[in-house]
Amino acid sequence: MTFRRRTVIAIALLVLMTTATVAQASDEPTNHRSITDTTVRWPSFDEITQTLMLRDYNTRVVVLGTTLLGLAAGVIGTFAYLRKRALMGDALSHATLPGIAIVFLILGSKNLPLLLIGAAASGVLGVLAVVGLRTIPRIREDAAIGIVLSVFFGVGMVLFSLVQQMKTGNEAGLQSFIYGKAAAMLNRDAWLIGGVATAVVLGCVLLFKDFRILCFDEDFAGSQGCPVLFIDLTMMALVVLTTVVGLQAVGLILVVALLIVPPSAARFWTDHLGTMTVLAGILGAVSAWLGATISALMPRLPTGAIIVLCAGVLFFISMMAAPRRGVLASVWRRWALARRIGLHHVLRALAEHEERYGEDVGMSLKDLLSARSWSAGSLNHSLNVAIRRGEVSRTKGDLLRLTATGRIEATRILRNHRLWELFLIRHADIAPSHVDRDADDVEHVLSETIVRELERALDETVAIPPSPHVQWGENT
Amino acid sequence: MSGWDWSMDGWIILAGVLSACSCALVGNFLVLRKMSLMGDAISHAVLPGLAIAFLISESRSSIAMFIGAVFAGILTALLSQVVNRYGGVEHGASMGVIFSILFALGLILIRQAADHVDLDPGCVLYGNITQIPLDAIGGEVPPAVINLSIVFVANLLFVVLFFKELRISTFDPQLSTTLGIPAGMMHYLLMILVSITTVANFESVGSILVIAMLIVPAAAAHLLTDRLSTMVILSLLIAAASAVIGHVTAAFGPSWVGLNADTNTSAMMAVIAGLILLAAVLASPQHGVIGKAYHRIQLALTITCEDILGLLHRWREMNTGTPRPMYRNEILAAVGDSTLSRWALRSLVRRRELTADMAAKPEATAYYLSAQGISRAAGLVRSHRLWEAYLAKHFALPLDHLHMSAERLEHFITPQLREEISRDLIAPNLDPHGKEIPPELDA
Repeated sequence: MTFRRRTVIAIALLVLMTTATVAQASDEPTNHRSITDTTVRWPSFDEITQTLMLRDYNTRVVVLGTTLLGLAAGVIGTFAYLRKRALMGDALSHATLPGIAIVFLILGSKNLPLLLIGAAASGVLGVLAVVGLRTIPRIREDAAIGIVLSVFFGVGMVLFSLVQQMKTGNEAGLQSFIYGKAAAMLNRDAWLIGGVATAVVLGCVLLFKDFRILCFDEDFAGSQGCPVLFIDLTMMALVVLTTVVGLQAVGLILVVALLIVPPSAARFWTDHLGTMTVLAGILGAVSAWLGATISALMPRLPTGAIIVLCAGVLFFISMMAAPRRGVLASVWRRWALARRIGLHHVLRALAEHEERYGEDVGMSLKDLLSARSWSAGSLNHSLNVAIRRGEVSRTKGDLLRLTATGRIEATRILRNHRLWELFLIRHADIAPSHVDRDADDVEHVLSETIVRELERALDETVAIPPSPHVQWGENT
Repeated sequence: MSGWDWSMDGWIILAGVLSACSCALVGNFLVLRKMSLMGDAISHAVLPGLAIAFLISESRSSIAMFIGAVFAGILTALLSQVVNRYGGVEHGASMGVIFSILFALGLILIRQAADHVDLDPGCVLYGNITQIPLDAIGGEVPPAVINLSIVFVANLLFVVLFFKELRISTFDPQLSTTLGIPAGMMHYLLMILVSITTVANFESVGSILVIAMLIVPAAAAHLLTDRLSTMVILSLLIAAASAVIGHVTAAFGPSWVGLNADTNTSAMMAVIAGLILLAAVLASPQHGVIGKAYHRIQLALTITCEDILGLLHRWREMNTGTPRPMYRNEILAAVGDSTLSRWALRSLVRRRELTADMAAKPEATAYYLSAQGISRAAGLVRSHRLWEAYLAKHFALPLDHLHMSAERLEHFITPQLREEISRDLIAPNLDPHGKEIPPELDA
């Protein structure tokens, strides 16, 4: 399919979904949770099973609605994250406030679809303001986001305090847009969220190729005939839709977390965009489900905040435990590398000693300690590793010698070291007295292929080249 | 609001000015360090610190609040750095992750704290500046005003005493470190001050509007000046103005539009600050939209004027035997009939570079070059043809490629440059097309 056809289909579906769900939104009487209940108490086992099984109608609505929202936000958030637009969502969500207030001022009542349309309109205005401010030379993107976020919020608050004085008590429902009030979610709200979530997921599936190319290489996308601006606007529109329907559930301050946190968490696990999108959707849905369930069990806790905390927990688990990009993995890698380098140093020091005095003469710990600048502690540690691996043995006179297996490894390292030294001397014109340090760093990471290339470049095939420091008459 | 009462409104305005100014002081450095969003992040994230302080001290004591805020602020800065560096998460997103999670935590804790301490979660977001005077007993100074004054003085001292250090570490962290000023320490010192300022402002403007006070006056001042010291002073003035105007508008604004109500002072302060920024964006002499547009129009006008002068000069060259004027409709047809070109004709006549013979029909008006006009036109044509000759000599371009470049550059070649080109080409008389290069005339 061509770009254009796919986008047209996506847009059509999107519009259909939204109109259908807005039309669906008819008022249904539901019993609100009591807001006078102010104590946190642990739920009984029955309540837990009842909530988990979604037996209660109200809970079912809330849990399903927020879960779908988490899914949609995770999916579209992935693209926003990769386009480095993560905080644009923050400006957007704060900028919805004036729209809500204006619609409310005009209508004087809480008509959800119209309020959301107002929110979307002023949100879009906020995004446009960020884009416009960014073109002013002295205003950078970060300042533009901060300005729009706070000034729009200020306008919203001004209008709200007018609402507060003019209407009687009705504005209580509007507060829920700021902090979110998932517990008050109605059937039609869940339908709306469901519709938007479907539209977002469908839009992302249909436009996946275009979104991908836009995220990674905008200029290339343009050169391939992809209507960059149009695709970009579609992406933004999906973000706006998700944000606006999310306002009620998690509130305008925290809705941005649903857009940022799950994709950031998913990024740790994979380098593949498709996997990342799916994973972010799942993480978003899981945190929303978990958060909604917990807050259904403990109604006094604010749902939005609980959802964000769940997402936060998932984020930190991902950041710590992810196999390749995770912090623990990289700490482990660093530790393993340090261990390997220490081992190499011991082996090479022993090999150099052997080279000078013959294989049968062992090396005393004192000599080994003065062979290079290492502390007794780290030498001992590396030495123990070498002995445990059977590469070094301790003789009766407390002398250290390479074992047969150790010698093979030590010879290889020493040879790599010498090859690199020679390479630097011959090809990089570095003085022989200056090459040791460099070779010392590089010898641990020389791969087989590079060693082969070095051999070819230096015409060295088998033997260990003699130390340049000795060869060039240097005192070492 | 029924009326103006100095014993109330005076305190409110004072609190507003102090809070806006204390924010603006540190805000300058946030904006210049491209860390505006750090202000955003910290102002959200001090919430849990505040809540924990409430829970531990079981009171709204200022000391506990400030300690909690400092911890939370440093934690935000540290954590987002950790997530950014060790987690490899992009800078903006790492701040977003940290502050939204901390804010969520803060919300939950505040909900708990509200049971023990008299605290309104809504007030956290937009403050309650009009309550400030009510906390004062009798004629005393309200405690919030005292807090704000202390923070303002602390910020002022910090900025004045460490001005040099702040400037160097803001504009060139590497240089600052080599000069023995630890840029990292200045960064964290600034973060601590931002946290303290944010907390002190919770009561007056709240956690979101404080972002407006941190960023907006500084961003507006940055548009107006190139000097750091001027920028700091300007930002203070803008901050104070938005506080005063904000409160007056909040108190009386709705009644001006016929509503019997007043509105939120702190929100109005943010709105006024935003309007001042908008004015700066439009009217800043160097960076403003209006100034830019004016310069662009001026340039377009100059170029069109010069095109007309060049046209008339060439016309004179073509009709050396029988000099005849060029008519308005001919000129407009040659340079393109637009408002700009008509405007250019008018301004040329006004500056006496063209003389116009009015005719009954406007399009039959005849235009001659005056003496002044001849000298300027000759200079232009000289620039044009010298440049063509220069290009032909040094760049070996085909003859039909010379004109476009010369057409653009002729407007920007100064007499000095003409002199140099002419010397380089050993005073040529003819351009590559064989046309005469007019000699330099004294203007």
